[in-house]
Amino acid sequence: MAILDSINPTLTAGWHRPDVRDLARDTGWRLKDYEARGGYQALKKLFAEKMTPEQVIAEVKTSVLRGRGGAGFPTGLKWSFMPKNAAGEKYIVCNTDEGEPGTFKDRDIMRLDPHAVIEGMIIAGYAMGAQRGYNYIHGEIFELYQRFEEALEEARAAGYLGRNILGSGFDFELFAHHGWGAYICGEETALLESIEGKKGQPRYKPPFPANVGLYGCPTTINNTESLASIPYIIRHGGQAFLDLGKPNNGGTKLFSVSGHVNKPGNYEVPLGTPFAKLLEMAGGMRGGRKLKAVIPGGSSAPVLPADIIMDCTLDYDSIAKAGSMLGSGAVIVMDETVCMVKALERLSWFYYEESCGQCTPCREGTGWLYKMIHRIEHGQGRAEDLDLLDDVAKNIMGRTICALGDAAALPVISFVKHFRDEFAYHIEHKRCLVPPEVQRAGSTFHTRLMAGATC
Amino acid sequence: MLNIEIDGKPLQVEPGTTVFEAARSAGIYIPHFCYHKKLSIAANCRMCLVQVEKAPKPMPACATVVTEGMKVFTHSPLAAKAQRDVMEFLLINHPLDCPICDQGGECQLQDLAVGYGGSHARFQEEKRVVTNKDLGPLVATDMTRCINCTRCVRFTQEIAGYMELGQAYRGDRAEIMPFLGKTLDSELSGNVIDLCPVGALTSKPFRFAARTWELSRRKSISPHDGLGSNLVVQVLHDKVKRVLPLENEAINECWLSDKERFSYEALNGEERLTRPMVKQGGQWREVDWNVALDYASHALRDIARDHGADALGALVSPHATLEEMALTAKLMRGLGSDNIDFRLRQSDFSLDGQRSGTPWLGMRIAELGALDRVLVVGSFLRKDHPLIAQRLRQSAKKGAQVSLLHSADDELFIKLFAKAIAAPAQLPALFAEVVKAVAELKNAPLDAGFEKVGAGETARSIAASLVSGTNVGILLGNFAQQHPQAATLHRLAQQLAGLLGAKFGFLGEAANSVGGYVAGTAPRQGGLNAARLVAEPRRAYLLLGVEPELDCADGAAALAALRQAASVIVLSPFKSQAALDYADCLLPVAPFTETSGSFVNTEGRAQSFYAVCKPLGETRPAWKVLRVLGNLLELAGFEHESSEQVRDEVLGGKPEFVAGLDNAVTPGTFDFIAASPGLQRIADVPIYFADPLVRRAPSLQSTHDAVAPTARMNAATLTKLGLTAGEKVKVGAGGAACHLVAELDAGVPDDCVRIAAAHASTVAVGPLFGTLTLERA
Repeated sequence: MAILDSINPTLTAGWHRPDVRDLARDTGWRLKDYEARGGYQALKKLFAEKMTPEQVIAEVKTSVLRGRGGAGFPTGLKWSFMPKNAAGEKYIVCNTDEGEPGTFKDRDIMRLDPHAVIEGMIIAGYAMGAQRGYNYIHGEIFELYQRFEEALEEARAAGYLGRNILGSGFDFELFAHHGWGAYICGEETALLESIEGKKGQPRYKPPFPANVGLYGCPTTINNTESLASIPYIIRHGGQAFLDLGKPNNGGTKLFSVSGHVNKPGNYEVPLGTPFAKLLEMAGGMRGGRKLKAVIPGGSSAPVLPADIIMDCTLDYDSIAKAGSMLGSGAVIVMDETVCMVKALERLSWFYYEESCGQCTPCREGTGWLYKMIHRIEHGQGRAEDLDLLDDVAKNIMGRTICALGDAAALPVISFVKHFRDEFAYHIEHKRCLVPPEVQRAGSTFHTRLMAGATC
Repeated sequence: MLNIEIDGKPLQVEPGTTVFEAARSAGIYIPHFCYHKKLSIAANCRMCLVQVEKAPKPMPACATVVTEGMKVFTHSPLAAKAQRDVMEFLLINHPLDCPICDQGGECQLQDLAVGYGGSHARFQEEKRVVTNKDLGPLVATDMTRCINCTRCVRFTQEIAGYMELGQAYRGDRAEIMPFLGKTLDSELSGNVIDLCPVGALTSKPFRFAARTWELSRRKSISPHDGLGSNLVVQVLHDKVKRVLPLENEAINECWLSDKERFSYEALNGEERLTRPMVKQGGQWREVDWNVALDYASHALRDIARDHGADALGALVSPHATLEEMALTAKLMRGLGSDNIDFRLRQSDFSLDGQRSGTPWLGMRIAELGALDRVLVVGSFLRKDHPLIAQRLRQSAKKGAQVSLLHSADDELFIKLFAKAIAAPAQLPALFAEVVKAVAELKNAPLDAGFEKVGAGETARSIAASLVSGTNVGILLGNFAQQHPQAATLHRLAQQLAGLLGAKFGFLGEAANSVGGYVAGTAPRQGGLNAARLVAEPRRAYLLLGVEPELDCADGAAALAALRQAASVIVLSPFKSQAALDYADCLLPVAPFTETSGSFVNTEGRAQSFYAVCKPLGETRPAWKVLRVLGNLLELAGFEHESSEQVRDEVLGGKPEFVAGLDNAVTPGTFDFIAASPGLQRIADVPIYFADPLVRRAPSLQSTHDAVAPTARMNAATLTKLGLTAGEKVKVGAGGAACHLVAELDAGVPDDCVRIAAAHASTVAVGPLFGTLTLERA
């Protein structure tokens, strides 16, 4: 269970701390609790004040809410791309296909605050003139998909969804749709294909979903966390949200901290918070060991060595300047017991497994990368492998329809760049620079399940 | 127009053009695999990456739309590196064993690897292997070679209309496969072989039979349906090894139906007749040509002399060439007989003498795509005219409203606006409903006979659709042409076209369905038509490429007529058991690949072709045989020295389109008779039973479309007859009977039984239309 802690919270403020083992107490997600902590006030305010769709979008623009799915694209700007007077259906799609390794924030939003997502989507629908919404929830959290269906029922019964919402004359219907666990279905156009019942493979863009999206209609796809932040923005104003963070990086953000920390979990902090502060909130390094590296934004973000990350603040601009991405805010912390070759082997296996098979460079290249790293890890590396790894990864980058190719390439390029010595040692000595006993000491995984299976 | 620049070359292109198309229009080649001009853009192979000024990354030329002032570099270092890198990725898992690959020498990957591939492999890992798939008897697989361009997938989905292939699994485990346990059953399936840029999908009948560079490529014309597809026939040592499409946008585009592609197997089959044969004293003897011709000429002359020329009859295949048809007609008329016909499956000839010209499609084939409203009447469209169905499928996708009136509810894979299915005897009345509804909408008067017609809901909806169109076409299919009230259907179409200002015409059943009229192969001076030639047996028959038991409207009657004849002279490339039984002289004549000739397709286009190889054995081109027969019979006008001279005589030169095409007929009165009681037959002519050539193509005969006929009925009819599906039934018409298995088919109207024609097992059922009896066997 995630440990929720925050400074200056917006999303997590209302989350009480249910004990997962006590299902009877896990009720804070229900409508009455949500309403008790101010839920659906934003919607009511919007209708009471007769805010126009343009005003809503302006508020969101003011807030500088940047897409929480990973790309960090300003949400308000994205909303303004939707054609204003297009005839026919328009769609709002919430992307809860949280597949990025290391990321588990949307899962907790869905678990503890599904109505925040619903409210955010209704407001989004109002702002963009859409009357239909889908929430695409990844298959591994099936019980949360079921919970979301229940939340939808509650919202419908309370008149928040359906025809003439709260007497405003605005109609909005929302549907839950669950995937089957393909990482690629988190790519927004693959997600649309999947909703349409097709194989989840990204579409070539342009046309962008704002023009040709779900079922060929204008569609906006937002991340769960982005949409869950909307009620706060409408209720307290865009400026209030922006003020929580720092310029160009509005609001607070959930960070999923995992790895070698004492208290892994979700932490909501204002953007611009120093990394050191987050590490401290997560209880510091486990066993007091030395920090080796951090992947700051989910597995596809380039890894940053300890000295670089310790100087960063947690916001889009600072992390980008350091050569990585804030991404989805999945902070994977690695201490000195980690073999970087083995870590990369696992990551590249993931991308190899999840490449959809559409574009040649990614389909063929992800397998090639994995096979090479696997060889190096298993003492069969060749001297030329490191340059080849870097070259193959760069040949994938920017040559594919979607960003999965880049996501597969970036870890490889960054691991080899920052930890080249370790890779070279592996190749030369056919074993790891990190002694086996050190590896075992740092990993419950190794000691418990794979005793002796170090490298 | 937008001004762009590709490789420094300034161009002006239409907005919406892709970089790829713009480059091609300027003669600049961009390497590609997944792009195909007839398919949707997939942009997945990434081979066509080019550099676009100001774009940070290389862009796929196939999917990038030009913008004003765009500067594209297809060979810049950035573009060339991207292309080389993609080629490396394509090759890492692809077997590098071109010498043992069937595609070797005609492989896009092999060709492009020469230009973009490295000379040494950096990939040192194990290669991926993919298990082969069973796609049926026509398409062979070597799936390890697949580069996942998905051209085949897009073809089945977009062109053939049914996604029989898909890409399963992910990443480098992705595989192209059919549905589990299914094969590739489309009548257009062979096109995926042409589309596959590598050796993953190849021709099963041609597999490892020859190398592309060994083959001579010769142009020809398809002898099958009325489309007249242009062919490239590939020949090795005077043997046809393979047939490929010759691109002709006005006719077959870049496609071929499987019938056209794989029927060549029959040319090399064992049933080929290679020496003239004469039956003497009940015994067949192989003889020299002079003996056989002597025999044939004497037989015809003697019977004409002893019993009058009216005792002679000639049945000519509508798949024969124009020249063969014309010379047969000339021969018969020279002997004094007008008893000649090529409209073998037709049963209503009441319009003979009332036509203004030659019946045809009523428009050019290419114009089909521009129709915004189409009414198809009486057609097994997808199987009878695969590529015309394909054209209508595309227009339906673009918004054209296609409606169907027919007696069978077969899946067309066309998004139909509406359809009405009725028993054959009700088809004219159903059509009349539409005409009436249109007249009411237009407030126009109708000819007599419509008083009692009341338009139903479907007819009204079809009428409303037709009236709302600006470019309307009415197409009468094979079934409508074979119908016992074909004249009524024709007049209804004429009336409807008049009301709507629409075009109307016929989907030609055979390669020379139009040519037969042009060549004068139908009675001109009151001679007997095809139906009467069978119903009123003659003493002597001349058969040109016909197997009457399978090709005539009433096979059983035809067989009886031939059996009683004193003499049957058969000119055919094939020796059938039936012919050995009823004939007394077999003359081996060349199939379309071994003779020159012409076909006039359904749009009236005269297409001449040369022989692509030498005649097999003692086979001779039929026009030469007929010319010599004419000489032996001392008839005038048989001095031709080439088939071109015959053609010029018939067509007055070498026109692109023949003259005199006109579907108008004299108006008549309508009388929509009530349905006859009893069980009506619905006879389709299945795609691979339709002509002598295709009937002998082994691979096509192994497909699902060539399964033995059954007696298909809907559930209500089965119940009414006290039958269950799977039971053996005895089907009778007149005296004869045949045994078939009853099968449930929800698409058959009430009180009808669908029994396919043109198959040995159903000859005894008799006529294509009419009532029959059916009981448990």
